[in-house]
Amino acid sequence: MSCIQTISDYGLRSIGIGERLLPTSDFTLCQQFTLIGSGMIWNIYFGVLALMAGFFLATAVALGKASGNAWLRKPSEWFIFLFRGSPLFIQFFFAYFLFLSLRSEIAFFEPFTAAWLGATIVLFLNTSAYAGEIFYGALQSVPKGDSEAADAFGFSGFTKFRKITWPTMMRLAWPAYTNEAIFLFHATTLVFFSGFPAWKQQGDALYYASYFADKTFNPFVPYPILAGYFILLTLVVIGLFSLINRRLNRHLPQFSRSKIRYRPKLFR
Amino acid sequence: MFEYCANPESLEGLAWLSCYLTTGKHLSFYTSFGTVLLLLAITAPVALAFGFGGAAMARSKVAPARLFGKTYISIVRGVPDIAFFMFFVIALDQGFEYLRHHAMCPDWDQPIRQGNDFIVCSVAKLPLSTSPQWIHEVYGFFLAVLTFAIVFGAFAANVLFGAMNSVPKAQIETAWAYGMTTRQTFWRIIVPQMWVYALPGLSNLWMVLIKATPLLFLLGVEDIVYWARELGGTKHARFTDYPHGDWRMWYFLALLVFYLAFTKVSEVVLNRLMTRLSLGQATAGGEELRRAAQ
Repeated sequence: MSCIQTISDYGLRSIGIGERLLPTSDFTLCQQFTLIGSGMIWNIYFGVLALMAGFFLATAVALGKASGNAWLRKPSEWFIFLFRGSPLFIQFFFAYFLFLSLRSEIAFFEPFTAAWLGATIVLFLNTSAYAGEIFYGALQSVPKGDSEAADAFGFSGFTKFRKITWPTMMRLAWPAYTNEAIFLFHATTLVFFSGFPAWKQQGDALYYASYFADKTFNPFVPYPILAGYFILLTLVVIGLFSLINRRLNRHLPQFSRSKIRYRPKLFR
Repeated sequence: MFEYCANPESLEGLAWLSCYLTTGKHLSFYTSFGTVLLLLAITAPVALAFGFGGAAMARSKVAPARLFGKTYISIVRGVPDIAFFMFFVIALDQGFEYLRHHAMCPDWDQPIRQGNDFIVCSVAKLPLSTSPQWIHEVYGFFLAVLTFAIVFGAFAANVLFGAMNSVPKAQIETAWAYGMTTRQTFWRIIVPQMWVYALPGLSNLWMVLIKATPLLFLLGVEDIVYWARELGGTKHARFTDYPHGDWRMWYFLALLVFYLAFTKVSEVVLNRLMTRLSLGQATAGGEELRRAAQ
């Protein structure tokens, strides 16, 4: 079987298009590359969705934590503590079994036990908490002078936030937020190992990699392939985020721009 | 466990619960918390040692050692940690068996990898197929510890490498001026002073390590996640004295609370430690303490 044939059979296998049965013997390199690559669709899906939705909740949580009102501050603090203080792995398990018991009571929760929705919600809440903490830190270090200048120019309320505080907060938070995004993508690999079932063997990249490692009893081929894909994904994320970073910093002189450095310090 | 537990069907409410929570399986569940703590207690110093070695190598003057150290630091980043866990457990197992195979059966003529099989002679198997169950469990745990130490060693190496470079240059130059050798400078000046710079990174790493312990489950160790799934599942009256529905949600809620408490306590302790270490240091934290004392 030629490689082109394999790609057309298995290229979209992870979303249920193409050959139904996974290869069971005589694994070729091409099959491993194709299937693991096909699984990356799920990783990108989880990551992109959680990141985009999480961005807004993270901003809200950061503002809540910085707020003077205890009714806003306390829930935000607890939210951040809950999701940053416990392992994502346990969060997945808990959410899955929670949805499972809710489903037996209310039919509405049927789709929540599937990975595409349930896991996305957990990742969304998790990344909101981590990013919320980053944004909060940035909000605290917005220079006082910026805010005073805004006051002097007659900005107030929401206009001041949107035009002055928020852009600076984003600029300061962006390098750390890039790392958070990278780790979110890495965390998506946990989904199918934490309760959420892979329906009809439609799993993510690590799911297929461990499938091959189990079948061939040889970890030295599938895992490096997976690593390669993830390094590529990391580079793409860094590339995209640097573009935004450049835009956020475009008014500053060259030397005082904050650069994105890959610093994998926080992860779950 | 208690005497009134002899006939569980007659029990109700709290008495039932107290009996239910002290069954033999639940005691194994509680012991598995000990497994997690044991893993942390062994892994943390080993990973720190790996990290120290990696960091020292990364700033070595010998090019191959430097290359090795830098590669070690950078390779574990950029790839999901869980992938490393799953990779190293099989890879280490096969690596050990491969080495033992070459040492013990030199006249074996067949290839080790035959298609989808990994075949070594039977005396090289780890653990030996004749050994008792507890050896298998200890070996599994040992592989897990080694895997954790390798992965977290790389993160620790990254932190310590940064910390060694943060020791003020003037300190090192002064040491040279006093005629210390590179080795003396390293052990007497850099190592004692680097900890205050390393502590924020290391405390972060400790939190991460705590939060990575559920991954033991994936490495095939009977840890808290394993027992929570096992005990929480629906139990029918036919197989157990304590029938109940699907309680896995509550078991995982308990684990969630356990981890939250654990990270909170760690945070408080580490903050105290940081205050202690900052005393008298030429850092912003130390300066703050000095001002406060005046």
